[in-house]
Amino acid sequence: MRPATVALGIALAAAFAAPLIGVYPVFLMKLLCFAMFACAFNLLLGFTGMLSFGHAAFFGAAAYATGWLVTARGWGTLPAILAGVAAAAALGAAIGALAIRRRGIYFAMITMALAQLVYFVCLQAPFTGGENGLQGLPRGSLAGLLPLKSDVAMYYVVLAAFLGVYALIRRIVHSPFGQVLKAIRENESRAVSLGYEIERYKLVAFVLSATLAGLAGSLKALVLGFVTLSDVLQANSGEVILMTLLGGTGTFLGPVVGAGLVVTLEEYLSDVVGGWVTVIIGAVFVACVLLFRRGLVGELAALRSRR
Amino acid sequence: MADELILETRGLVKEFRGFVAVGGVDLAVRRGEIHALIGPNGAGKTTVFNLLTKVLSPTAGRILYAGEDITGLKPAAVARRGLVRSFQMSAVFPHLTVLENVRIALQRELGTSFHFWQPESSLGVLDQRARELLAEVGLEPYARMVAVELPYGRKRALEIATTLAAGPRLLLLDEPTQGMGHEDVDRVAALIQLAARERTVLMVEHNMNVVARIADTITVLQRGLVIASGPYAQVARDPQVVEAYMGADADALGGVPA
Repeated sequence: MRPATVALGIALAAAFAAPLIGVYPVFLMKLLCFAMFACAFNLLLGFTGMLSFGHAAFFGAAAYATGWLVTARGWGTLPAILAGVAAAAALGAAIGALAIRRRGIYFAMITMALAQLVYFVCLQAPFTGGENGLQGLPRGSLAGLLPLKSDVAMYYVVLAAFLGVYALIRRIVHSPFGQVLKAIRENESRAVSLGYEIERYKLVAFVLSATLAGLAGSLKALVLGFVTLSDVLQANSGEVILMTLLGGTGTFLGPVVGAGLVVTLEEYLSDVVGGWVTVIIGAVFVACVLLFRRGLVGELAALRSRR
Repeated sequence: MADELILETRGLVKEFRGFVAVGGVDLAVRRGEIHALIGPNGAGKTTVFNLLTKVLSPTAGRILYAGEDITGLKPAAVARRGLVRSFQMSAVFPHLTVLENVRIALQRELGTSFHFWQPESSLGVLDQRARELLAEVGLEPYARMVAVELPYGRKRALEIATTLAAGPRLLLLDEPTQGMGHEDVDRVAALIQLAARERTVLMVEHNMNVVARIADTITVLQRGLVIASGPYAQVARDPQVVEAYMGADADALGGVPA
């Protein structure tokens, strides 16, 4: 067996065993949600070549939609998650349709501006709880069968969702559609000259990415039991970019590793150094940009292929 | 008679802020021919090319393709009708394999290009056809190589194979031999002749040797206007054409083939 396969097997076994050997499940779930978020973001940046500065809008909107439905409306867990994901998809279609008309920095700016709009709606709208956000979300049960109150049960649901998303992204990248996306990333005008309406492909990629980012947001809301403005904040969009670049864009595992690193640093260092954690993560990011441009996983892969 | 023409432009004009790059060009490309568009630098060749491929939209005039007015269509829509272009710089998808490059062009036909849930292996049915196209341009042994690693002349061949894979009825070539050594020029000229056996070719070209050798009809542009059109031997003797190319020195045209 190849060493990568072995490592992946060990990681998978560890993921299944983690809550049983005493690792704090809420921390792991948070990590998995952000890993899912980063993977969804990477589908756009790494495999389509579009840098969105507003992905928190999809993550946050889905979190708010799910949160509001389970608290104010008393919806069940699964329908509320699906509704949150649908909200993210619809928002992705709206923002995407506007943003993909431009390229590069202009694309990034449009996504950022529209995401700010979503933030202000969340701040002002009557149903989002303003500065307080939504508190006390019940986790309910999965289709009335599996109660999710226990962290361990919830953990396995989140893990299953994460693995599903990860597999789906691998499939999307290695599909006829993914093949066209690669062609567009490599040479847009050539793809047009072969008869591809590239805007439509970009829009589908954007909506897929927004949808999966939404799933991450909905799950995170249920895991922690609250939704706050920080979910939809610009800083959250920045964080997912950082995670993806740190781990390695255009690699499957990169965003997972990047999310793991950032969430772990935030979780454990904020107890020790308080507000300095932002500075430390910033320094790590600078080091990453200067020393290993391809990100951690990207550099490892490059090192291996050189041998 | 209209049936004989695959592409026609009527009074094509393109102005850039008052500067007239193309000033009313009537072009008639006959089906099955190799038609070359030549002219000194700044004559408006590239602008005409970009108008035909819909990269630019004309200020005035119409473009007819197989009898249909395509003036208002988008580039991808024109390509799907069989009017496929190549690029000046060899335009390949650098990090796809040689086989995948050609397959991208074939893939649209399958109608599964939006199917993000299907495995890549579903494209395997196209491999045979892709390999045939690669064999035609002598690239079959390189099928598994990543395109970026090919030498320049071979990239050009790959580009032509990809363009052919898109199923063109009219092939538009933008300076196909630009920046090439002798050997590559000969290979590409042979490729163009091969491609022209089943379809029409319209090419913008600088290399007079190539034009003299393979073009059936030549249209000469100068300052945005057509100054001559016809077979090489006729065009090369046209005093206006001789004048346009380096004063009155006919040798600059690269010599009439014996």
